[in-house]
Amino acid sequence: MKRILPRIGTGAGLVAVALVFLVPLYWLVRSSLMPNEQIVAWPPKLIPTEFTLENFARALELAPFGQFALNSVIVAGTSTLLNVAIAVCTAYAFAFLDFPFKRALFLFMLGALMVPGHVTLLVNYITISNLGLLNTYAGLILPGVANAMATFLLRQHFLGIAPEVLEAAELDGAGHLRRLWAFVLPMSRPIVITVAVTTLIGEWNGFVWPLIATNTVEMRTMPIGLMYLRSVDGFEEWGPIMAGTLLVALPMLLAFLFAQRHIVAGFAGATTLRR
Amino acid sequence: MSITLETTSRIRSDVAADPPRSAPPTRLRRVSARRRREWGLFALLALPNLVLLAVFCYWPVIANLYLSFTSWDMVAPQPLFIGLQNYITLFTGDQFPRVLSITLVWVVVAVVANLGIGLALASLFATGTRGSGAVSMLAFSPHVLSGAAVAAVWLFIFDPRYGLSRLAFEAIGLTSPAWTTSSQWALPAVLIVSIWQSVGFAAIVYLAAMQGLPQEVQEAARLDGANPWQVFWHVKLPLLSPTTFFLLVTTIIGAFQAFDTIAMITGGGPAGATTTLSWFIYEQGFKRFNVGFSAAGSVVMFVVLMLVTWMQFRFVEKRVHY
Repeated sequence: MKRILPRIGTGAGLVAVALVFLVPLYWLVRSSLMPNEQIVAWPPKLIPTEFTLENFARALELAPFGQFALNSVIVAGTSTLLNVAIAVCTAYAFAFLDFPFKRALFLFMLGALMVPGHVTLLVNYITISNLGLLNTYAGLILPGVANAMATFLLRQHFLGIAPEVLEAAELDGAGHLRRLWAFVLPMSRPIVITVAVTTLIGEWNGFVWPLIATNTVEMRTMPIGLMYLRSVDGFEEWGPIMAGTLLVALPMLLAFLFAQRHIVAGFAGATTLRR
Repeated sequence: MSITLETTSRIRSDVAADPPRSAPPTRLRRVSARRRREWGLFALLALPNLVLLAVFCYWPVIANLYLSFTSWDMVAPQPLFIGLQNYITLFTGDQFPRVLSITLVWVVVAVVANLGIGLALASLFATGTRGSGAVSMLAFSPHVLSGAAVAAVWLFIFDPRYGLSRLAFEAIGLTSPAWTTSSQWALPAVLIVSIWQSVGFAAIVYLAAMQGLPQEVQEAARLDGANPWQVFWHVKLPLLSPTTFFLLVTTIIGAFQAFDTIAMITGGGPAGATTTLSWFIYEQGFKRFNVGFSAAGSVVMFVVLMLVTWMQFRFVEKRVHY
């Protein structure tokens, strides 16, 4: 008895926690797929008796979600590629090259981790505006390309690579760039994927910068597009809003489903820095 | 250790790779020649990153400080220098102290809830009961979603006419509050959404730390007759204090900058009830074009978060507990 009771308690606790996180997600999917008459019916139906895609059609009619999706794919995709490329190169330089002021420059990079992003908004807006890049893809991407955290994580990993491998490559006449491309990069595949996936999630979900840096509906990214949909829909129809929300959330939910290990490792990886 | 090993091995391989020259140079001169040679490659690989950090990360801090001493509407050709006037106006007015107190409430509640609930969830997951792995992933999943999407789902849940909130309140014989449009309930509403989205992260971090705790200490305490609660309070919790401290700092930094849920659910309203410092900075800068006020708000945020970070470095040096 003394053993069974706590186990029942744990089981009940797990079910309760699962419900707290599952119900809102289920409600999102359910409501996006049922006709509006059923959404406003009371008491609400737990399982829709009639499925429809009309909410998605209505959402696309109210707001150009195709354009939002295209913008998000371009911005998040390019941004992630540039982030990873720049972080890999910088991490290699700090891990394997020898140059003057190396320590000072490394501290310069680490120091950037301490600057809260929100306090850079105003000046970055002015800078991007002076460069004539407001409301362009370049303006959306540029301020987020330098990624001190990714660089730091990659450098830590690179330092763990057995020096014999690189020495052997060097003896075979491989220069630094070849060593980076043919040895370091393939040997660091898991951490590179982890950094790429976490960056992609961050860029796709980015909110305040795309809100500030764009000013026409056609240039908005998915999350800002969702806010736009909310403002034009005006609360009377929850179906289209839930459909739009699902469009924004689904790619990341799927990414999480398939790359869970990398994503959790990526977010928890930041913890190693603080230890 | 690894660095010295690496350097010597690199020098060795360098000697082996280079053809011998007429007069063998001293080791020191070799190294400095090498450093100069690798400077070019370093510039190619790392300079773009460092330049971007200088322009989009460090420069804003400096320029922002200057802008906080000016009055500007982004239309006039030049910001007008007015010294400390923005700070005086803000701190002696009614709005800014209210913004700061709302921010304080926001941060304190977010920290207590994330750490407290996160720890409780992690303890539950650490039992290793069947399904706990799946539930921990489920609890983490909102963390990868757009804050705007999470907020939209909860906007519907909070709807007093058709939302789940009405169902829940009617079940216990009450009427659902008009969460997002009432100045009394709006702040709790946005906090609930924000905590729901972020608590899974704290849980996962705590869980990872718990799984790394030494079993011997807990076993010894149990053999000495400590009950599970005593083991938790007097053994596990102190051992987890570095993790608690890490989460404390990251949660404070995150809570100060919370934005998308506020933007989506209340837009700082009603009547400023959810205007935190982060919303204030946005509203003053980009809706009212009071660049000076926005910059001064940013400086306040910067100073507070620097203090938090400084505390972190100081305490982490001292290793927090044991």
